[in-house]
Amino acid sequence: MGKKTIIPFGPQHPVLPEPIHLDLVVEDETVVEAIPSIGYIHRGLEKLVEKKDYNQMVYVVERICGICSFGHGWGACLAIEGAMNVEIPERAEYLRTILHELGRIHSHLLWLGLMADGFGFESLFNHCWRVRETVLDLFEKNTGGRVVFSICKVGGMRQDISDENLKEMVEVLNGIKKEIKSLTDVFINDTSVKNRMVGVGVLTKEEAEELCAVGPTVRGSGVAQDLRLTDTHGVYGKLGFEPIVEEAGDCMARTKVRIREVFQSIELIEKAVSMIPEGPVAVNVKGNVEDGAEYMVRLEQPRGEAFYYARGAGSKFLKRMRVRTPTNMNIPALVKTLQGCDLADVPILVLTIDPCISCTER
Amino acid sequence: MAYVTKSPWVVHYDGSSCNGCDIEVLACLMPMYDVERFGIINTGNPKHADVFLVTGSVNEQNKDVVRQIYEQMPEPKVVVAVGICACHGGVFRDAYNILGGVDTVIPVDCYVPGCAARPEAIIDGVVKGLGILQAKREAMVNGAKAIPAEEEAPAEEAPAEEAAAPAEETAEEIKEEGGEA
Ligand code: SF4
Repeated sequence: MGKKTIIPFGPQHPVLPEPIHLDLVVEDETVVEAIPSIGYIHRGLEKLVEKKDYNQMVYVVERICGICSFGHGWGACLAIEGAMNVEIPERAEYLRTILHELGRIHSHLLWLGLMADGFGFESLFNHCWRVRETVLDLFEKNTGGRVVFSICKVGGMRQDISDENLKEMVEVLNGIKKEIKSLTDVFINDTSVKNRMVGVGVLTKEEAEELCAVGPTVRGSGVAQDLRLTDTHGVYGKLGFEPIVEEAGDCMARTKVRIREVFQSIELIEKAVSMIPEGPVAVNVKGNVEDGAEYMVRLEQPRGEAFYYARGAGSKFLKRMRVRTPTNMNIPALVKTLQGCDLADVPILVLTIDPCISCTER
Repeated sequence: MAYVTKSPWVVHYDGSSCNGCDIEVLACLMPMYDVERFGIINTGNPKHADVFLVTGSVNEQNKDVVRQIYEQMPEPKVVVAVGICACHGGVFRDAYNILGGVDTVIPVDCYVPGCAARPEAIIDGVVKGLGILQAKREAMVNGAKAIPAEEEAPAEEAPAEEAAAPAEETAEEIKEEGGEA
């Protein structure tokens, strides 16, 4: 056993676009402890409820994170609608579901690219992001934004998406399926990729449950937990699907979960588009959230379970808006897998929970 | 574009942004927008960089990091603030932990508005920044030639200020353009 050395990692580090600082305590090449220090992206968004009314708050919550921004906006709307007892039209539910799944495809493709970058596969990184641009084009065409959309509002959707556009969306997605398949085959079959990921950072089923991991991290460890099926947001109940689970619990398993989810999301969009009813996409919302009225929702984001809570104050301002994001819940699992890993594997392990620091710190 | 005679390297730092602008900065480097055709490379090392791309509105914890990265970059250098957050704080302006813009911490040469800033706009901003970089470089070279060897120390500050003046003007112009759009 060598003597202990501390290696600082971050806040400005090429592997992660976001600032987080880790003190890695290493003995020779093995990490014995990882001590995170955070706060580089804390903005204090929850306190902004005092200055922004509940409609504006949706914009703020949406800007918690630019990657899963649609989901955050939806979560905030759900919480506020719940507290105000607003029922939204069915077509809006369908549209929200479709856009959320589109967001999942874009998020997972982005992550696959970053992961490829993490183990030094530059060309794969570039290809993943190239395919992702097609998805962003769909977003831009239908919502007007590439990463932040603001199309979800309290009471429904700000604008409708025409049936032709929806059909075109399905066609385009089916068109890029083959390309995505050829990329993901590299992740699954390439020997050098396998060397970096198979058996690395194993999180057993018991550990995953005990540490309350969420999303693809917990599903990669063999736990079938998917809020799209258990909670009542969107129209997932009508679409009928199975959560995607892998048993191995290593980096490869988590990658495979995300890869299969991309294809699942394409299928879900196709199904939802074939079932979507005609009708209005928004109801008029008047008045304020009553004093003391509160509501809590959970939503399955690309990274896992997110939690939204709203409480009214009887004025146009809310009293409290609370958000808990998936990365928060996955950090204990990350710290666990970091203990005893090789120093060279740290970037991969950090990436494999799909960390979103700006979500975590808000 | 005739003034781009060198290959400018960029360093990117996320100063409390929401990620939206960061992924757009990365998207610029990808095959679709491909800034590498201008010879631009994203480097992780501030000491190799000529252009500093900052996103986000900068919070208390981040301000020292932003300043450190800026100070580590060799002269001449330009700073491009990406996104409305980096320009003046955006939706987070009222938040208690936010300083409200990169220019509260370091001098900024170019402002790219938008939430999120579009890749086209970012590329535009960087290309404008390259013009400023060239002006600064020329000012440095001419300034250095004009100085007699003995007087080097006192004369050094003057050209630096001269170089900064046109840069600020351009920055103002761009900010106004952005405000109107
Ligand atoms: S300008 Fe908008 S997209 Fe960019 S970091 Fe700020 S909130 Fe996010």
